[in-house]
Amino acid sequence: MSIDYRLFIKPLVFTACLLPVAWLVWALLSDRLGANPFEELTRQSGLWTLRFLLLTLLMTPLRELLGRAWPLKYRRMLGLFTFFYASAHLLTYLWFDQFFDWQEIFTDIVKRPFITVGMLAWLLLVPLALTSTKAMMKRLGRKWKRLHQLSYGIGLLAVLHFLWLVKADLREPLIYMGILLALLGFRLWHRRRQQFPLRRGKAVADLSS
Amino acid sequence: MLIKKPSDIKPSEITPQSVYQRRREFMRTSLGLLLAGAGLPGLSAATLPRSGKLDAVKNPSLSTDETLTPWANATEYNNFYEFGSDKYSPAKLAGRLTTSPWRLSIEGEVARSGSYTLEDILRPHALEERIYRLRCVERWSMVVPWVGFSLAELIKRFEPTSRAKYVEFTTLYRPEEMPGQKRRVLDWPYVEGLRMDEAMHPLTMLAVGLYGEILPNQNGAPIRLVVPWKYGFKSIKSIVKIRFTEQQPVSTWTRSAPSEYGFYSNVNPDVDHPRWSQKRERRLGEFLKRKTEPFNGYAEQVAGLYRGMDLKKYY
Repeated sequence: MSIDYRLFIKPLVFTACLLPVAWLVWALLSDRLGANPFEELTRQSGLWTLRFLLLTLLMTPLRELLGRAWPLKYRRMLGLFTFFYASAHLLTYLWFDQFFDWQEIFTDIVKRPFITVGMLAWLLLVPLALTSTKAMMKRLGRKWKRLHQLSYGIGLLAVLHFLWLVKADLREPLIYMGILLALLGFRLWHRRRQQFPLRRGKAVADLSS
Repeated sequence: MLIKKPSDIKPSEITPQSVYQRRREFMRTSLGLLLAGAGLPGLSAATLPRSGKLDAVKNPSLSTDETLTPWANATEYNNFYEFGSDKYSPAKLAGRLTTSPWRLSIEGEVARSGSYTLEDILRPHALEERIYRLRCVERWSMVVPWVGFSLAELIKRFEPTSRAKYVEFTTLYRPEEMPGQKRRVLDWPYVEGLRMDEAMHPLTMLAVGLYGEILPNQNGAPIRLVVPWKYGFKSIKSIVKIRFTEQQPVSTWTRSAPSEYGFYSNVNPDVDHPRWSQKRERRLGEFLKRKTEPFNGYAEQVAGLYRGMDLKKYY
């Protein structure tokens, strides 16, 4: 009863979120990323972005399903890690793929739909990261929630980015898309249930009267 | 190595293959024991050499003197969708492929059509080592010392008729040994094709080995095509059928995405893949990217094949 273990959970989660990037750096330096390590960095940072994005979007449904508030305490942290991994992913593209050849990068963004949506997804993450502080939440009030619902669209763009990149085997991106649609579908279902909470009970009551 | 001229492969680059060889030997031995134990005829020494070494003469006139891609990279990083769509699955899963006995059928517009054992196919041909660049459509490249012979020599032996305008190649279809074929990621079996003059070009070869060793399964054992001026996917692996046709064959990748993969698929920095630029490539083992050369640096030898053709249209 003397130690409140909950004090340790948040730093622990924070550390866990850093493990993928720590592993990637270690694997790169110790030559464990295979024959094409820089492409592997891009691939892995992209996958971790998607995973963190899905984890972030899982927190709200988890609160409803568990009936507990704690998942919301991790939402901001996970969202910021999504931005962190997305930025690392973007950097690997700008650097190791294009070597900061801005003309080629511009051509890519304009001409290649998978790059266009990927870039757009990252741009949309920027205002979310900037307004993630408590102060900004207070200042924006109701608008904050609407702004942060952009994350649903970002999720769709991110999955599309993966889907359009793949040459033939769509299984992996489709798995991510399936999870995303389940998370967004839950919200729709939950909202409908909240809008018409008494419908079912009322109908039953009508019948019995 | 039994290559007759001094090898310029650094010993450090060869070391990992002994490790690999041990694994292959273990798999062969265990497979042999398994068959023997089941009372089936074992694999004969003639059809499956215990040693992976091949007797080959170097062909410097057709070889590049660029630094070889290390054996480990060339044999672990492969696109071979029959064993999965990621780069590392083929090296992990191809060990189970039975490459002996192996038959090749020669079909279509050809005088001596028929089904031949691999031994019959290979018998008359002296093996050469040629060091070629290999440029993947995904913007990475390697330098590989292949062991094999000119496809032209084989074609002449089987006497195609005057109606033979194209050559179509087909990969083995055996889902029980090629797990990637259990899902219809591509329209199996894998098919590729060349125009007759491309097939007869002295650079075009059939390879049975690399780095002086028999081909590892993930690299297309027991026999594969190598066309160094085209994107890697044209160099079809584990061939079971060669058909001579009057009509242009439809390649598997063309069928999958016609706007992305044309019949010719010559390496061309000026024609983008719709989803990425082909201007540059990363040579495995290097950090900075290199400029991609027209026809993968073989323009002098092969550009004449396409004189007068709009290469943007016939990509």
